[in-house]
Order: sequence, then C-alpha cells, then structure tokens
Amino acid sequence: MRTGLRSAIGIAGAAALIALAGCTTDPSVEPAEAEGGAQEEAPAEEWFDQEVYDQQFKQREVVPEGPEDKPYLQMINPEMGDTSEFKSDGGKKMCFANASISNPWRQTGWITMNEQLKELKKDGVITEMETRDAQDNDDTQIADIDYFISEGNCDGFIISPNSTAAITPAVERACKTDKPVIVFDRGVETDCAVTFIHPIGGFAWGIDTAQFLIDNLSEGDKVVALRILPGVDVLEQRWAAADKLFDEAGIEVVDYFTEGDPAEIKKVVSDELAKGDVQGIWMDAGDGAVSAVEAFEDAGKDYPVMTGEDELSFLRKWKDTEMTALAPVYTNFQWRTPLLAAEKIFKGEEVPTEWVLPQSPITAADLDEYLDRNEGMPDGHYAKFGGEDMAGFPQVWQDRVIP
Amino acid sequence: MKTHLRRLDTTALVYLALVGVLIISAVLVATTGRSFFSPGNIRDILTGMSVLGFVAIGQTLVILGASLDLSVPYVMSLASLVAAQTMNGNDAMVLPAVLLTLVVTACIGLANGLIVTVLGVHGFVATLGVGLMLKGYLDTNYQGTEGSVPWSFQLFGATGIGPVPISTIVMLALAGLVGFILVRTRFGHHLFAVGGNSEVARLSGVRQRLPLIGAHIGSSVCAGLAGLLLASRLGVGSPTVGSQGSYDLLSIAAVVLGGTVLMGGRGSIWGTIGGVAIFAVLDNLMSVMQFNPFLKDVIRGLVIIIAVALYARRRVIARRIRFIRSPTGPIIAAGSEPNGLEPNGLEPNRSEADISEAAGAHNGTGPVLDQESAPDQESASGHRSAPDHERSQG
Amino acid sequence: MNPRIPETHLGDGGLRQLLRRAADPRGAVVILLIVILIAIVVLNPGFAEPGALMRFIQRVSPVAIVAIGQYFVIVSGEFDLSMGAVVTAQVMTAGYLIGEDDSKTVPVLIIMLVIGVVVGLVNGLVTTLLKVPSFIVTLGTMLVIHGGVMWWTGGAATGNPAESFRQLGRGGIEGLPILDLLPYAVLILLAVTVFAVWISRRPFGRTVVAIGDNAQAVSFAGANVWRTKTLAFVLSSLAATVAGVLLAGYAGVHPSVGQGYEFTAITAVVLGGVVLGGGRGTVLGALIGAFTLESLFTLLNFTAVPATMRDAIQGAIIIAAVAYSGVVFAKKHKRPTTSANEPRDPGTTSAGAPSPIQLTGGDGAARK
Repeated sequence: MRTGLRSAIGIAGAAALIALAGCTTDPSVEPAEAEGGAQEEAPAEEWFDQEVYDQQFKQREVVPEGPEDKPYLQMINPEMGDTSEFKSDGGKKMCFANASISNPWRQTGWITMNEQLKELKKDGVITEMETRDAQDNDDTQIADIDYFISEGNCDGFIISPNSTAAITPAVERACKTDKPVIVFDRGVETDCAVTFIHPIGGFAWGIDTAQFLIDNLSEGDKVVALRILPGVDVLEQRWAAADKLFDEAGIEVVDYFTEGDPAEIKKVVSDELAKGDVQGIWMDAGDGAVSAVEAFEDAGKDYPVMTGEDELSFLRKWKDTEMTALAPVYTNFQWRTPLLAAEKIFKGEEVPTEWVLPQSPITAADLDEYLDRNEGMPDGHYAKFGGEDMAGFPQVWQDRVIP
Repeated sequence: MKTHLRRLDTTALVYLALVGVLIISAVLVATTGRSFFSPGNIRDILTGMSVLGFVAIGQTLVILGASLDLSVPYVMSLASLVAAQTMNGNDAMVLPAVLLTLVVTACIGLANGLIVTVLGVHGFVATLGVGLMLKGYLDTNYQGTEGSVPWSFQLFGATGIGPVPISTIVMLALAGLVGFILVRTRFGHHLFAVGGNSEVARLSGVRQRLPLIGAHIGSSVCAGLAGLLLASRLGVGSPTVGSQGSYDLLSIAAVVLGGTVLMGGRGSIWGTIGGVAIFAVLDNLMSVMQFNPFLKDVIRGLVIIIAVALYARRRVIARRIRFIRSPTGPIIAAGSEPNGLEPNGLEPNRSEADISEAAGAHNGTGPVLDQESAPDQESASGHRSAPDHERSQG
Repeated sequence: MNPRIPETHLGDGGLRQLLRRAADPRGAVVILLIVILIAIVVLNPGFAEPGALMRFIQRVSPVAIVAIGQYFVIVSGEFDLSMGAVVTAQVMTAGYLIGEDDSKTVPVLIIMLVIGVVVGLVNGLVTTLLKVPSFIVTLGTMLVIHGGVMWWTGGAATGNPAESFRQLGRGGIEGLPILDLLPYAVLILLAVTVFAVWISRRPFGRTVVAIGDNAQAVSFAGANVWRTKTLAFVLSSLAATVAGVLLAGYAGVHPSVGQGYEFTAITAVVLGGVVLGGGRGTVLGALIGAFTLESLFTLLNFTAVPATMRDAIQGAIIIAAVAYSGVVFAKKHKRPTTSANEPRDPGTTSAGAPSPIQLTGGDGAARK
C-alpha cells in the first residue's frame, strides 16, 4: 500500500512538473489569440438595457419578411450575410450541443427539431445529426463542444447555449474550425457564428405582457409576478422590462421565485390573496399558470387579469374560465430553424447574421384557433410549436416521442 | 500487513470495476465506428473527471471524518465569482484572486467545521444550512454571470499536455498530496480515528474537534479549487455553476463508489479518484452513444446502487478494523466477538450478514484491545432479556 | 421528556406544561411555531379565521405527511432521499394514467400504492440485505425513478387527472358551520398522523427507534432488524405516494412538483427534534417540524423579505434549531463515556411511554 501510494505520488508529482515545463506545448484546444484584453468590461449588474429594450420595442411592430405560412423561416429586419464559403454538395453531418431538455418547452422543441431532421435526411441534405445534451450544465456543454471539435467529424455546429457568457469561449473555438456555427435560443457574446437564431427577446415579452396588464388594470392595482429562477438572462430580461413598465404605470407589483413548481405558485398566490386583493398575475414562464388560477378559485376570488404562456394547460384554462388573459410566446418553432438554416448555408444561400423570428402573443382573438390546431396535445405542449405540416404530426407530439 | 491488503482490496476492486467499465465502453464506442482511446475522447473523459475530482477529494476528507458536505455547490459558485470578479480580466490579479478565493472558501469550511464540532450539529444539517445561506447570498447579490477571467488563467482549464488537461494533472497532484497527508501525518491518522469512532479516539487522546474542522476546511478549499477551475473554463464567474452539476450528491456518490465508508473511518483518496473515473467514463460512453438524457440518470442511479452493492458486503466484513495504522494511539483492532454472550442459533431472525460480520471481525483479530465494540457488547449483555415484545414482533 | 406535549399544544390548555418544557428542544420548536403563527396573525389577522386555518393545514398536509414518512426512516438511522422523486413519479403517473376518466381513479390509485410499496421494498432491502448505505441507495433510486418517469412520459405533463381524483387534494367537505370547508387533505393528514402515532407505539415503532440507537444490540436482542428497517422504508414511500395524490389535486400535474421534497422533509424532521443518525425523535415532532417550516415560509410571504433571502433564513434557522437542541441535550447528558450504564431519558428511545429497552450506543449525537 505504501509503495503504491508513494509511486502514485511520484507519478503525480512528475506529471505536475511536466505540466509546468510543458505549458507551451501546443494544446489540442487552440487558445483564441487576441483574447487578452477582449473582455475587460464586467457584464452589467442590472439586466435592463435601454438600447436593446428600444430595439425590441420596435421589432415587435415590424412585419417580418419571409413566407407567410412558414413562420419559422420569417425574419425581422434581416441583415443578410454571405455564406458562399460554406457552399458544398452532398449530405452533411451536423453536431448539436444542446443545453438540456429538462423543461416542457425544450422537450416540445426537441421533438420538433427531430421531425425536421427526418425531413432533411429524406431530402439527403443532412445525413446525420449527433447530439450531446449538457443537462443544464455549462461545464458539460463546454466539454461537449470541445468533443465535437476534436472527435465529432462535424460539417457544421448547432449550439443552443446553456448560458450566455460562459459558453462564449467554447463557441469561439467551434468557429475556429471554419465550419459553419449556428447558435439559437440564448445568445453568446461573440458574433463569430454564421447566424444567431432567436425570437425577438425577453424585453419584448416583458413589454407585451406588462402593457396588456397595464391596459386592463388601473393605477394602484396589485400584480403578483411569478418568476422561475434568478440569474437566467432570458428570464431576467422579461422581468426587467415588465418591472420598469409597471413602475411607470403606478401598478403595485410583488415578485416571487417559484422554480416553476405549481405547488409553490399556489401557496404564494394564496398568501397574497390572504393579504389582500390581487388584480393581476404576471408570469415569466407559463408552466404552473393553472395552479395560480386555481388559487383564485379556491379562495373564492374573482379571476385576475393574467399573462401566462402559450403552454396548452394555460390556454385551456383560459378558455374554460373566460378570464382576461394574454399568452405571450417565446417562439417554440425556433427549434425548426437551425437545421433549415444549415440547409441554406450549405447551399451557399444568404442567411441573416442575426435571424430574428417573430414572437407575437396569442390574444383572445386567436385563442380558439390555437386550441383547435393543438387538439389532442398534452397539457405540457406549446401551441406555437410550428410542426403542423410535418409527417409525424400529430402523433409524435401527442406521444412525446423523445429520442 | 493483512489489513493493508484488505484496504487495498477495496481500492483494487474499485479499479477492477473501472477496468470493467472501460472495457465495456471501449467495445460499445467501437460499435459506433469511433475509437474510445482517441485523444479527443480521452480528453473528454479526463475533463469530466477534473471538476468532480476536486470536489470528491474534499468530500472524502469529511466523509472519512464521519461528516458530510452538502454546501459544496454553493462554495463552488461563490469561488468562481470571487475569482472572476477579483481578476476582472487583469493578468496581474490572478494570484491575489486565487489566494483570496482560497481564503474565502477556507473560512466557509471553518464555519462548517465549527458548527459541526462545537455546536454538535450533524454534518448533513450543518452543511445543508450553510449551503442554503450561501445560496441566499448568491441569489440576492448576483443576477447572473459576473467578472471576467484573463486568458492566462483560462489556460488552466483549456490547455493540456497531449490529451491530458492541466486541470486533471493538478487534480491528481492534489489527490496525491491529500493521500499523503491522510496516510503519513498526524492529522490524517487522527481524522481516521475520529471518523472511525469519535469516542474511542477521544479515549486514546486524540482531540476530536481539530481533525474534523480541518477536514471541513479541506473540503471547502477543494470545492473552491473546483470553482476556480470552473471560472477558468467558463471565463466568468457564475452564481449557478455549482448547483448545475449536482456536485454535492454526485461527489458523495463518487466517494462511496470509491470504497470509502459513509459512516467514516475507512477509505482512500485513490478509491475516490477511481469512483470519479467510473462516473466520467460512464458519462462519456452515454454521451457518445447519444443516450436520452433521462435514461442517463436511470443508468447513473443503477450503477451507483449496483456498484456499491458489489463491494458493500466485503466492506461490512472488514469494517470492524479501524485505524490500525495509528501510530499515536494504542493499536486497536476491534475484533473480539461478544463471546458467549451471544447464543448463536438461538436467534432465528438474525440475518446472515450479521453473522458474517461477526465472523469477519473475528478473523481479523490482531492484538485484542477491544474498545470499539465494547459499548455494543455491554449494552447487548445488559439488556438482552429486556425487549420480549420485540422478539415476538420479529 | 414526554412526547405528548404536541398534543397538549394542539388541544387544550397545556400551557403551563408547555412553559415548563420551553427549554427542551422539542418544546422550543413548539414555541418557535407559536411565535411564527402569532407573527403571521399580527401581519394578517384574517389568517386566524377557522377557514383560513383549514386552508393552511391543507397546504401543509403533503409536506407533513412526507415528513412523517421520513421520520420512520431517519429514526432508524437511515436516509430516504428518493421521496421527492417518488412524489414526482406519483403525480406524473396520476396525470398520465387517469386522464379525464373518472372510472380509472381507483385502479390507478392502487397502482400508485403498489409503486410506493415496491420502491420502499427496494430501498429497504438493498439497504439492509445488500448493506449499501441508505444515502447511496436512495440517491440511486431517486435518479432511477425521476429519470425513469420522465423517460416514460416524455417529460411534459399530459394533463391534470379527473376532477374526482383531484378533489382529494383540492376539495373538502363543504358547508360546515364555522369551518366553512373541511379539506379532505386535513382529514387524510389526521388519519396518517393517528396511524403513525399508533404504529410508533406498537412494537414496530419502538424497535425502529431502538435500531436507530443501536442496531447491533437490537439484533442481539432478537428483533428483526432488516424487516423493521424495510418496513420503515415502505412507510416512507407510501407517505410520499399519499403526498403525491394530494399534490396532484392541490397543485396539478407538472414534472417539477415534488422537487426537493426529500430535503424539505429531512429539514422538517430535524427541526422537530428528530436526530439524524437515529434513535431519538417522535412522530409528532416531525409533524410540528413540518408545520414550523411551512409557517416560516408563509411568514416570509407575508413580510417584505426579498424572495432570494428565503433560503438563507431557512438555512440559519435549521442550524440554530439543531444546535440548540444539541446543546440542551449535551447539558442533560453530560458526555456519556461508558454510557451503557447510564440511565437514559426514556422519551429518547421511544415514542410512547417509557420503554423497557434502554439501548445505548455512546453519544449518538456527536458521533453521527
């Protein structure tokens, strides 16, 4: 045992020495050269960013370009980028570094993406997509991307970052392979990707929802804001915009973190109702919305004015109760776009460097239409999933077939 | 020497299991037309080992001392933030930032250790509570990633020698150091003693509190190192990066997978490294095979249970021998069976394991100065006749 | 130390007795609970109305039931980390299998109970017969159950189960005088508590505590350790199942229901004076711990404490509570060196009247 340990220590020590001596050895992970002073500035403490806010405010009004019946190919104010350098024939292998499929929104999108993959495989555009799922872990996702770079034999990368700043270095490494990199959903702090696909954004969500509540409430009314987690940029931006607007309109708001747990949501809303009347409910993501409504029912209070999400449980409850509500959308059909973008890129067609997809809320006027379209879907499904025209519809989504 | 072999046995078994997992992985990966031993794949596995490895080394210390550390995820997050904010992209601040991080984490460890020893709060509750307090602090004060790590420090997480990342080498060096401390120093012996049986250790003249406080400091500092590595890999500090990986429960699982007894007093660092490696290889395999993420959890869970079950019985058999290598205290081999007090065969319900435990302990008898099982023995003799209704219940 | 204090607190005027016990750790948690409840009432007088109180108990029921289940496992010296996953699995199962079909309620309930028993058996048997530490076994089953149910259902909630099923957790007997509504969950909690107190005074309950104190001695004494512990795990999973049924009604079906329940339950049990490592504690202690924890959360909802500070406060309180009880206990039992000969507080070894078993294993609190 002792000799074993001694030799182990010896080996470890020697290894450490080699490490010190060998730091100049060319690592297989290439460092980005000019990185030294690139990130001097620490990210801002607050999430509110007037410039982005204004931009998203305007984008909400823009009529998107692109085919009307294919929202997943529409784009808002596109600045097209040249992709001729990637033009090549034959079937391609894509490598997809996914953040996770740990919530119903991502599960729905993942099912849709796989249906899209089947279509492109049939057309011979893409032969294979290798996927690594980081299970919500930044470190794992960085390792996944590095693995793809060295072992994946990829013709292109699709990355759905787990978090913005942390995944940036890994995305830069992927860009250095000179293969096309497509980023979607959350962004990264680099523009090296060929295209970054995303819906308008969190501020637009916040503006749409807060505006709706403000329009339907009067000054001094109380809104309970139900938030999932602190520190996630997509969610924080929704709140930052809404909070600002509520403040300006003189609406009283209290916010809670619930981790999306309906039991927690119900407790919070019940306690707020015990304190006094609540006129509005604002949510930064709609799962669990039904339990908030049920808290009003159980307390025998009038329904609030409410914003949830395009998750079907909420839409169905909305329909049943005929409450005043709005279902903002964090565009789920964006999960189709990355593979279609890859198809365009390999054809050498121009794609927008920042591909902004429309993100229009479901209003009382469209409610019935979306409920009809999604009949038979489970409660955890998202209405604007955008896969109605694909071969697996509706079975694959109804059965939640997750590869 | 016998006990040396015995202890080696558990660690050897861990590595045997690792070899088994490696072979299965190599074969399965080969079926996908890839090489398991390609540089990129090896790097993927070793990278997967680094962070969990750091945490698990620290976790081994506290578990040897019969405590637990559930605060590690939040210590890691805090460490990544302290480091990234102090560095703030400035090369000159790397060293101060690293030192500051280690001091901060050591203070958290000290707090854990004092709560556990002086206030007598169970390690589970103490570190759960401290973890929650840190989480509250992080959530209140940080709204997302902050700070920035200069390129020179990013190299720590991004460079390697051939396929071996620097971080893995540092992790293994740390394992060597901690292993040395455990086997060769007073602190190590005392930690084993306190973890094995705090009361006996006290009677043998070991100060009970210091080793456990030291172990908690060690655990937090190791978590701090893991946080530094994460900051280096992420390029920023993140308030959630520790909890993202469930490093608390996974590190405990890795330690036990590595043959360390959860009740303390027996185990080894190299076993832990073996346990960490098993997890890393398994994760790599499942990622290469593109398993459904939910299924990955199922398999992880099954592997944890099955692997530990495979050698748990051996450990139970050998369990009664504790801190035999202690040079400071009296040589204690807890081997004496409560002779005669225990009418074998009269108790129809006694499980086979108990019998083998007693038998195993008996076999291991060295110089008999049995302080350890003495209380058990006494209570058994003193009250054997008492619970009649218990007997009828069973 | 009479473990019946909690009842006197809940019922009539045992105030004098209470004060006498105030210094006792378990008495202290009752005081803490009362202080929190008073604070809530001060902030919001409506809380003291019988109807609101019933609603409050309804809401605490799932946590309290899970805590009572966890109690049996903890007091036997083990952990059950799989409870949260079992709750989630049961909620998802209810949503997936019952759907809108009322007639399936009873068969599916039976399936859920069977699942609960099987999980408990696996946890218990692997812990006792294969000698795997329960922390690891239940960590493993937690991963297996949660991953398995997500894999099976595809993650997303299918939909809420039929309203008749949900009534168990959401509804109640309506139109009562004073109370207005008597939630079924309150009745179920009452039944579970009565059952748990009863069983804890039966030989099983005493053996389970004795095992937590010193398993070897109990086994020498002829009791069946593995069977008793396995039963404790089965009770724990069944408690999680009942909590799942209630939560499917109270909150609805969603994969995040039940998340973290294992830690909530352990925290509640520990707050209630049950010692990790086993051997000390009562069912009612666990119950009171659960109520204390939940009323603390309610209090925080009623005050303007930032949502993010909640965890920090929870952390500080559990450490303080356990430290307090440890210090008091240590004072009472001045460092038992050869503790086998020392008479022990009878209340610490059993839930009922002074037990004939006086098994000791040294200073359990310090060692584990």
